[in-house]
Amino acid sequence: MEKQKITGSEALLKTLIAEGVDTIFGYPGGQAIPIYDCLYDYQDQLRHILVRHEQGATHAAQGYARVSGKVGVAVVTSGPGATNTITGIADAMMDSTPMVVITGQVPSPLLGTDAFQEIDVIGITQPITKWAFQVRRPEEVAWAISRAFYIASTGRPGPVVIDFAKDAQVGLVEYKYEKVDFVRSYQPIPDINEACVEAAADLINKAKKPFVLVGQGVVLSHAEKELMAFLEKADIPAASTVLGLSALPTDYPLNKGMLGMHGNVGPNRKTNECDVLIAIGMRFDNRVTGDLTTFAKQAKVIHFDIDNSEIGKNVAVTVPVLGDAKQTLAAVTAKLQPAKHTEWIASFDPDAKEEQDRVIEKELNPQEGYLKMGEVIRKVSEATGNDAVLVTDVGQNQMMGVRYFKYKNTRSVVTSGGLGTMGFGLPAAMGAKLGAPERTVCLFCGDGGLQMTIQELGTIMQEQLNVKIILLNNNFLGMVRQWQELFFCERYSATIMDNPDFALIAKAYGITSRKVKERAELDGAIKEMLEHDGPYLLVADVEEKGMVYPMVPAGSSITNIIFGDNQ
Amino acid sequence: MSTKKLYTVIVFSENTVGLLNQITIIFTRRQLNIETLSVSPSAIKGVHKFTITTFAEEDTIDKVVKQIDKRVDILNASYNTDEELIWQEIALYKLSTDLFIKTSTVEALIRKYNARVLEINEDCVVLEKSGHYEETQALFDELRKSISVLQFIRSGRIAITKSKVERLSDMLAAMESKLEKGNNIQNG
Repeated sequence: MEKQKITGSEALLKTLIAEGVDTIFGYPGGQAIPIYDCLYDYQDQLRHILVRHEQGATHAAQGYARVSGKVGVAVVTSGPGATNTITGIADAMMDSTPMVVITGQVPSPLLGTDAFQEIDVIGITQPITKWAFQVRRPEEVAWAISRAFYIASTGRPGPVVIDFAKDAQVGLVEYKYEKVDFVRSYQPIPDINEACVEAAADLINKAKKPFVLVGQGVVLSHAEKELMAFLEKADIPAASTVLGLSALPTDYPLNKGMLGMHGNVGPNRKTNECDVLIAIGMRFDNRVTGDLTTFAKQAKVIHFDIDNSEIGKNVAVTVPVLGDAKQTLAAVTAKLQPAKHTEWIASFDPDAKEEQDRVIEKELNPQEGYLKMGEVIRKVSEATGNDAVLVTDVGQNQMMGVRYFKYKNTRSVVTSGGLGTMGFGLPAAMGAKLGAPERTVCLFCGDGGLQMTIQELGTIMQEQLNVKIILLNNNFLGMVRQWQELFFCERYSATIMDNPDFALIAKAYGITSRKVKERAELDGAIKEMLEHDGPYLLVADVEEKGMVYPMVPAGSSITNIIFGDNQ
Repeated sequence: MSTKKLYTVIVFSENTVGLLNQITIIFTRRQLNIETLSVSPSAIKGVHKFTITTFAEEDTIDKVVKQIDKRVDILNASYNTDEELIWQEIALYKLSTDLFIKTSTVEALIRKYNARVLEINEDCVVLEKSGHYEETQALFDELRKSISVLQFIRSGRIAITKSKVERLSDMLAAMESKLEKGNNIQNG
């Protein structure tokens, strides 16, 4: 008996389901109609979220992936549909987010002819994907999609693009799914080198002032517990990159805060005082290191990473520990001698106090004047029991968000760290809500970033996504304005914004909203927002010229910290 | 102070579409000019070999090669200096038959440079010489002086390392054994 044949589109959907997908973000178009037609029959198994712009589909898929640990999926059409996903793909590449983007493509005989809505998607996306592949025959579908998920989700995760020609969408195939879990030329997890494990443990055992830098790699490899065991056994203080935040709870005693340009004072200063610097799943981004010629020169550096190309990329490494952090941390911990570094750990306290006095107190407990961004963020965080997922846009809202939100659970920060994509926040928050439906999702965004993807309010309306949007409105492109104030003689070139009435916009989408300007109203407004069953926009009119401090000027030594108090 | 040196990057890859682009964009990002490039099937079926030369600092070439090696369809990427390699380039020289016959010095040049005559027809003579860049260039310079050269073409470098084994076959065996081990675990 001849086996029944199905279309390439159906093969795609069956493979997605076989790979564990239940939610996809997308936008149909001419070269994706067969996929969408087929989807009509699979609605009970695949929830399709119709975004309002393809960029939103990718950021939503990112938000979904970041909170759930699953692969985010976006489906779009060819040409402009595909090019609109580029920002999200690049963002996912920079932030190691597992994502599969399926782009429609013109029928394969038309490839290369400048056909309507044809674009060289593979050529465009190769530099910003882990893998990009064009499917031209229905026979390739099951293999390519399964391989895409394998590559996107293993090793150092990242985005994969599958460009799906229309004739392959409609062509018939005898469907056979075989899970891809091996690619000859690809070793996702390097073998653990025992000598390196030994050398790392030896360095740590001899260290007087060890210091750990936590990156997102810890979260990606589910190594939070192993990290704590490691830190506790050798009594090592730790600080986190932006993307590493929430791997350790904020109040965890050995967690000394955040690194980098707007990071905490102690961690930045101690980077240049420690004797052994232990980087775990982080990549020494220039926003973390500042001037490399003065970065941690006194320290021996141990670098745990899954990606060999990160070793020595920016900072010379004494001992590399390649492998999955969950395994390598456990391996090194087993060789550690229990230690105490009481004095060294206590040496973070004066820095913390200085920051508290010179920056934090003023930001969180102002007695008068306009609302401060920091106080809004901290109050929201506390009102959720520090248990919510923080999503941010990019700019001051982001730096304030990651500084003042508090974390109890891992996978609680969704932000565009590497690419710094304005407009990321709103769609990412939608994806985060769908990825963690049981959790409260709080988005902090600015008036600039919100308007870059504000059309996604339509998606939130249609899908009734319970996202709490806190707009920190200062009618400025605040971070650029901050740089203009500090480094460009207060020449506010193109950073002043005449804004619409955001509450009215929300109203048009049927989204409940409230404006808050007075400090006395803030707690009540936050309570109302969190108690509201459904999406909510809280427009907080914050001080126009708020500044994110402390700040290490770009390219400056990481210990050259501006406090903004003229002392 | 520039400490740039000529490096030969050897890349083994699966034979899939678009790999050259993936490799060259990594050079482009680091502002490295590719001096020569040669691509051909390797001794192992389905595996292609790229030989690329570029002037770079060692620190840079090390990072570039790691980033090439990281690409999913790349089997192995490495770099070597000239001291570690045996390499050749091949050059073809097209000369006018008329002048070739009339000029007595050409025979001496062919002997001196150990060149070969590939083709003689009524219009042109084609010589072939393989060797290092300086050698093929020296013959070109001398021919140009004595008889003039109608056309000249030189290939990219091909190279093999002086070490005993090509590590690729070992690496492939190791990778394949992982697959078998994985299957055994699944089946067992």
